[in-house]
Amino acid sequence: MTDPLLPVDAYLVESLPEIWFGVVLFALGMYVVLDGFDFGIGMLYATRTDEHERETFLSAFGPVWDANEVWVVAFGTMLLAAFPRVYSRLLADNYMLALGFVVALVFRGLGPELREQRDDERWKRYADYAFIGGSVFAPLLFGMLAGRWLFGGATLPVALTGVGLVAVSVVTGAAFLAAKTEPSLASELRTYGIGATLAYLGGVGVLLGTVVLTDAGGAADAVLSLPVAAVVALSIAVGLGGSVLARRGRYRAWLASALALPTLLTIFVATLLYPTIYPPTGLLVREAVVSPLALNLVTVLGFPVLLLVLWYFKFLYGVFSGPIEDEGYGG
Amino acid sequence: MGPITLLGAVDPVWVAFLSPELASRMQFGWTISVHIIFASLSIGLAPFIIYFTWKDVRTNEQRYARLRSFWVKVFGVGFVMGTVTGIPMSFQFGTNFPQFAEVAGELIGGPLAFEAKMAFFLEAVFLGVLLYGRDRVKDRTYVISSVLVGFGAWLSGFWILIVNAWMQTPRGYEMVTRNGMEVAKLTDPFAAFLTPRMPWMYVHMMNASVIAVALLVAGVSAYIVWKKPDTEAWNTALKLAVVLLIISAPFQAVHGDAYGRHVEDTQPQKFAAMEAHYETGQADLHLLAFPKSPDALTDPRAENLVTVSLPAVGSFLASGGDFDAEVIGLNEYDENPPVALVFWSFRFMVGLGFLFIGLSLWGGYLTYRGRLSDSTRYLKAMIAASPLGYAALLTGWYVTEIGRQPWVIQDELRTSEAVSSTLTGAEATLTLVGFVVVYVGLVLTALYVLKWLVREELQALGVREPNEGRWHGPIPGVSDDD
Repeated sequence: MTDPLLPVDAYLVESLPEIWFGVVLFALGMYVVLDGFDFGIGMLYATRTDEHERETFLSAFGPVWDANEVWVVAFGTMLLAAFPRVYSRLLADNYMLALGFVVALVFRGLGPELREQRDDERWKRYADYAFIGGSVFAPLLFGMLAGRWLFGGATLPVALTGVGLVAVSVVTGAAFLAAKTEPSLASELRTYGIGATLAYLGGVGVLLGTVVLTDAGGAADAVLSLPVAAVVALSIAVGLGGSVLARRGRYRAWLASALALPTLLTIFVATLLYPTIYPPTGLLVREAVVSPLALNLVTVLGFPVLLLVLWYFKFLYGVFSGPIEDEGYGG
Repeated sequence: MGPITLLGAVDPVWVAFLSPELASRMQFGWTISVHIIFASLSIGLAPFIIYFTWKDVRTNEQRYARLRSFWVKVFGVGFVMGTVTGIPMSFQFGTNFPQFAEVAGELIGGPLAFEAKMAFFLEAVFLGVLLYGRDRVKDRTYVISSVLVGFGAWLSGFWILIVNAWMQTPRGYEMVTRNGMEVAKLTDPFAAFLTPRMPWMYVHMMNASVIAVALLVAGVSAYIVWKKPDTEAWNTALKLAVVLLIISAPFQAVHGDAYGRHVEDTQPQKFAAMEAHYETGQADLHLLAFPKSPDALTDPRAENLVTVSLPAVGSFLASGGDFDAEVIGLNEYDENPPVALVFWSFRFMVGLGFLFIGLSLWGGYLTYRGRLSDSTRYLKAMIAASPLGYAALLTGWYVTEIGRQPWVIQDELRTSEAVSSTLTGAEATLTLVGFVVVYVGLVLTALYVLKWLVREELQALGVREPNEGRWHGPIPGVSDDD
């Protein structure tokens, strides 16, 4: 079968499989960054007892979380489209983690939606439990899933990856809220943000040490490579620099540096993986990728749409930019 | 698989648990059943939302503002439910059916990724604007947002049904060996995406969603009109829903009839299960069927049913005009789908379809006489019918999906071969129970929220309800749009 529109036996460009490895990790990064601060909002929400402050948090969360969450679907489906075996093995080998994660997302998503439906103390309390619990467990389990992807069955590195994602989510959540609220609340938030930054950097240090010492998942060499060292050094610089900015009350700059942390984390994941894409079985990017026609098709149809999606997000965050208005979750 | 084998299908090691295959199938079936309620709510509500938003912005009439506000809230809750139940769907291909995901990855991965990128994002982003941005964007942008949300819902269905249609009538691929496994390699994207089933399925499903939601809107409107007959807004909504039903319900029957012939052509085994047709040869059409004994419920055969049948008309319908046409019977196959589930689901769906036509004609007559909101009997009938569109939609999908068994990809991959080999019966049963508990809570919550929204609306209209129900909490505040 010859298709005149697309090359059948050759990739559009020779490096298309590697480009797709990058695209899939880009979607992962978008998810970790964007839904990460949603999780952070959910966890910091637990520190608020004042109804007004809780409403403020929910107003920041309301218009954007659903769109942010779609990035995990984009990640999963693009992984399936380009590297079906990795999608299959990652999810099937980590059955309970993967399904635990999606159930945590159910609670996280429903909590705020249900909270606003009833003006009743007990009802709101249960909705809050769902929101907070989901916001803690979703990044924990998702991080552990990523840890299993990188390090296979090694318990401590896997747990640390989960905790690391929780910590970095608190950092971005705090920075996002601080940039959008009044100074007194913001200065409380920065305390949590700075604490979480230090915890995150410390956790990364312990994680790297453990991997080097135990060679978890055979990743010791990769961890000691130059790119990983560069990413780690940058993370430390960005984390500490961001904390200084936060101290000085420069919250928008802090937000920018805070969002760089999960971005660097994703780059860290990418450098650890490549050129393999599923370390537990040593599967390489080139072995796992689909045939040229299939990949060319998802490239031609998918890339323009991906650009459009990025424009949607620019539009959405433009509409809801600036300080949070006290309008509650439901508008 | 009838109930007998169903009981026998326990894992030998984990005697107390279901087999991984059965638990996985039940889990997927259950989670998709709940998800599809919310997915089709978005699809069916889309025309209503666009219409109300457009009229609201254009005419500035209070009734449209009221209807827009109410149904956008329902859409918003439904969309959140659809999101949180949809994400597990996109993971379960991998967690429970990894062999299927790997074999079919090249064929289904693309459409699923397009669904996320082209449709899901579009809906999620612009719903944010629709729900929270009324005062932040221009009127025009607001109306366009409603159109984009609706378009996203219909486009989402398009890509998902490409995947499902391919599983029914797979085309455009060849089997090759990759990493030591036989997988499907895409050879012809047009053939793979626009399979013979795709147009049939898309039209039938979109129209089914419109019917289901028209019945829901009609039911809610009828209830409010019944309580408050002079409400301008809800009389408008009722009339609109009935008009939509008059178009969509008869169309579904005509379309379904032709769709049935297509199924007989492309999936004769499924068609035979729909008609409980065992012996190859001339087929009768069983217009109505009742079980003679309880056994007939689980194993329907012509001889153990009381049927109202038209001899040879089954052949006539299946072939499009030949009374003697040979229809392949179930005895030709080694392994059959659970015939009873398919047979009775099909009858349930068709029966409801005719009921909807009756309701739409009745409503059309009353509208013509200008007595739509005066007929208490009709209002009550519509209230009672409000969930039935969903019952028809779900049973229709049971025919499609259970009728495809034992295949997950028709004639290519068996469901039993698609299930994860590393999954234990304990894990699968545990998550199945978890999903049942969580999703039952979710559906109940959705129903409660709808009930509260209706009560809030009645309050805003000045109706004091005689029975406040079990809820003794304060009544939620009325928002500014009212």
